[in-house]
Amino acid sequence: MTVVRLRGFGHRHAGRRRWALRGVDLDIAHGERVALLGSSGAGKSTLLAALAGLLPPESGEREGTVEVRDRTGIVFQDPQSQLVMARTGDDVAFGLENTGTAAERIWPLVDDALRRVGFPYGRDRPVAALSGGEQQRLALAGALVSRPGLLLLDEPTANLDPDGARLVRGALAGLDGTTMVIVEHRVAELVPLLDRVIVLEPGGGIRADGPPGRIFTEYGDELAADGVWVPGRPPELRMPRTAPGEALLRKGDIEIRAAEALAVTGPNGAGKTTLALQLGGLRKPVGSPVTATAALAGTDSAKPPHKWRARALAGRIGSVFQNPAHQFVTARVRDELALGAADPARVDELLVRLRLDALAEANPHTLSGGEQRRLSVATALAAAPRLLILDEPTFGQDRRTWTELVALLAGLRDDGHGIVAVTHDPDFTTAIGARELPLATRPLEAVQ
Amino acid sequence: MNLAARNPAAKLAAAAVLTFALVVSLDPVAPAVALAAELAVVPLFGIRYGALARRAWPLAVSVLGAVLTLFLFAQDREHIAMSALALALRLFAVALPGIIAFATTDPTDLADALIQNARLPARFAIGTLAAWRLVPLLGEEWRLITLARRARGVDPGRNPVARLRLFASAAFTLLVGAIRRGTRLAAAMDARGFDSGAVRTSARRQYFRRADAALVAGAALVAAVALAASVASGAFHPLFA
Repeated sequence: MTVVRLRGFGHRHAGRRRWALRGVDLDIAHGERVALLGSSGAGKSTLLAALAGLLPPESGEREGTVEVRDRTGIVFQDPQSQLVMARTGDDVAFGLENTGTAAERIWPLVDDALRRVGFPYGRDRPVAALSGGEQQRLALAGALVSRPGLLLLDEPTANLDPDGARLVRGALAGLDGTTMVIVEHRVAELVPLLDRVIVLEPGGGIRADGPPGRIFTEYGDELAADGVWVPGRPPELRMPRTAPGEALLRKGDIEIRAAEALAVTGPNGAGKTTLALQLGGLRKPVGSPVTATAALAGTDSAKPPHKWRARALAGRIGSVFQNPAHQFVTARVRDELALGAADPARVDELLVRLRLDALAEANPHTLSGGEQRRLSVATALAAAPRLLILDEPTFGQDRRTWTELVALLAGLRDDGHGIVAVTHDPDFTTAIGARELPLATRPLEAVQ
Repeated sequence: MNLAARNPAAKLAAAAVLTFALVVSLDPVAPAVALAAELAVVPLFGIRYGALARRAWPLAVSVLGAVLTLFLFAQDREHIAMSALALALRLFAVALPGIIAFATTDPTDLADALIQNARLPARFAIGTLAAWRLVPLLGEEWRLITLARRARGVDPGRNPVARLRLFASAAFTLLVGAIRRGTRLAAAMDARGFDSGAVRTSARRQYFRRADAALVAGAALVAAVALAASVASGAFHPLFA
C-alpha cells in the first residue's frame, strides 16, 4: 500500500526567488523507513513540512501534487519549541484533546504512548525537569499517541548529547509497522534503522533512491563532496604539527596553552557552557579563579578576565556562542566584522576566508544556520584574539561547513592560537587532535 | 475549608467583582472594609501572611511611591491626606484578590477552567498558556545576549546614548529569537491538530460547583457591605459625579 505519492511536486516559499523543492516524484510504501538526505538547502525540511500538511496555500507557491493517505505525526529538532504543556502527561494528551478524543479514553492512550517510547517517569513529571533526550522522547510520545501511520522526523537527535540521541534512536527502533521519514545530518547511527535512502538534488528532483548500502557505495563520493554526511567516511584528521606552546589561561588544574586545542566534553548539565563563559571572562568564576598569563594579557594579567574592559577582552579571548544569533549586533554582515576589527583590511580577508563575501551586505539574522555559524566565528576572529572559546561549534552543521570549521580552527591552532571547544561531537575532538577535558555530571544543586 | 482548591475561574470572578465595586467610589471607607475582609480570608487560601508579604512587596513599594508623589506635589496637604489614604487602600484592596488568586492557581488549571467554565476559546487560552511556558527561556536568553555583547568587545560605558543603542540591538535580537521560537511552536501545535476546527475535548475536567458559586457570592457580599458602609458613613464619593 502506498502511503505517500508525490508527482512533480514543487514548493517556493513566499518571498523567495528560488524553489525550495521542484519536480519531485516519489512513492513511499507502508512500513518503509526512509532517510531524506541532501546538502543544506536541498529542501529536506520543506518536503517533510509538505507531508505533514504544514504548507498552507499562503506559505508560498506550489506545483504538482502531494497525496498522503494516512494520519501523520511530526517531531522537530528543538524540544523546547514543540512541547506545549507544563506537565508530561498533559503534553501527550494535547493531540488527543485537539482531535476530540473522549476524555475517558485519553489517559490510557497517554500511558501507552509513554510506555512505547520508554519514558521513565509518570505523567505528573514537570516537562522543565526533563533532560533534552527525555524531552525529545516526550515529543515523540506526543506524536505517536494519535496513532499516526506516517511518522515524520525533522532532525530529532541533532540537539542532543550522544546519550540523549541514543535514547531517541532506541525509541524509534522499537516502533513496528509505522512508516517513517527522517531528516538528519549525521545519519551513520541511523543506518541500522533504515530500509531506504532518498537523496534530494538541490535545485530539483531526486538524485538517488535505494537501500542505504547501495546508495552510500555508489554515490558516497559525490554526496560527501556536496556536504552530506556519508557513513564510513571518517573526516580528514588535522593533527597539530607542533607541540603546545606557552600557557595562556588557567583555572584550577585546567591549563589552556597556545597552539593546542582543548575539548571540553561531558553530558548535558555537566556545566560545560558555564565553564566556557567563565574561561571567556564573561561570568565571574565559581570555585577556583581564572587567571591569565602575561603571554595572553601583558600587564592586565594581574586582573581576572571577567574584570577586563570589553574591548581588551575581545582582543585577547574570543567567544563563540552556541546560538550564533545571540552575538549579532549590527544589521549587515560587513558591519559585524568591522565592529571588532583591529584593522579594516582584516574585514575583507575574513569575508573571503569564511566564504561570506557574497553575503557582505545581507542582514546577519537572515543567513542560513551554516552561514550564521561561519559569521559568528569570523566576528570572534575580527579582533584577532590569541585564545578562542567555542560552544558547540559543529552542532547541526553539514559536512562541508563542518570540514571548513575544522580546517580553520586547526590552522589557527598551528598559528599559535589556543582553542577551547565545548563539544559533544567526538568526530570533531578526534579530527582536530584535541586534548579532552571530560566533565562529570554534577549534582543539580551545584549547577549555577 | 480550603479556598485555594476552588475553581480558578471562580477565583478570578471573585477578584473581578471586588475590583469593580472598588473603582466606583473614591472614598477610603469602602476599600478599608474590603481590605479587612480580604486579609481575614487569606489563611483560608492556605497562604501565610509572611509569604503574602513577600509576594506583595513590589506592590507595597509602588503604592508608597504613588502616595509620596501625591504628597510632594500637593498644594493643600491636609486635604490631600484623605485622598492619598483612599488611593493606597484602594490599590491594595484591588490588587490583593488577584495576588491571592494567582498565588493559589496552577496556570494549566486556569486555562482549563477558562475554556470549560468561562467558555473562552481554546485558541486563546491554550495559546497563551503555551507562550507563558516560554517566558522563563526569555530571561536566560537575555542574559546570554548581554554576555555575547561583552564578548564582542561592545561596552557602552557610561554614555547613555550608547547604552540605549546597545539595549535596542539586544532587544531586537531577543525579539527575532522569540518570534522564530513562537513560529516553530505554532507549527508544532498545528501539526498536532490544534485549532483544526474539530470539536476539542478536555483530558482534565474542571467543575464549577456550588462552593465556587459561593466564593463569587461571598465576594459580591463583601463588595456590597463595603459600599453600604461607605454610603452609611457619608464618605461615598462616586467616580462619575
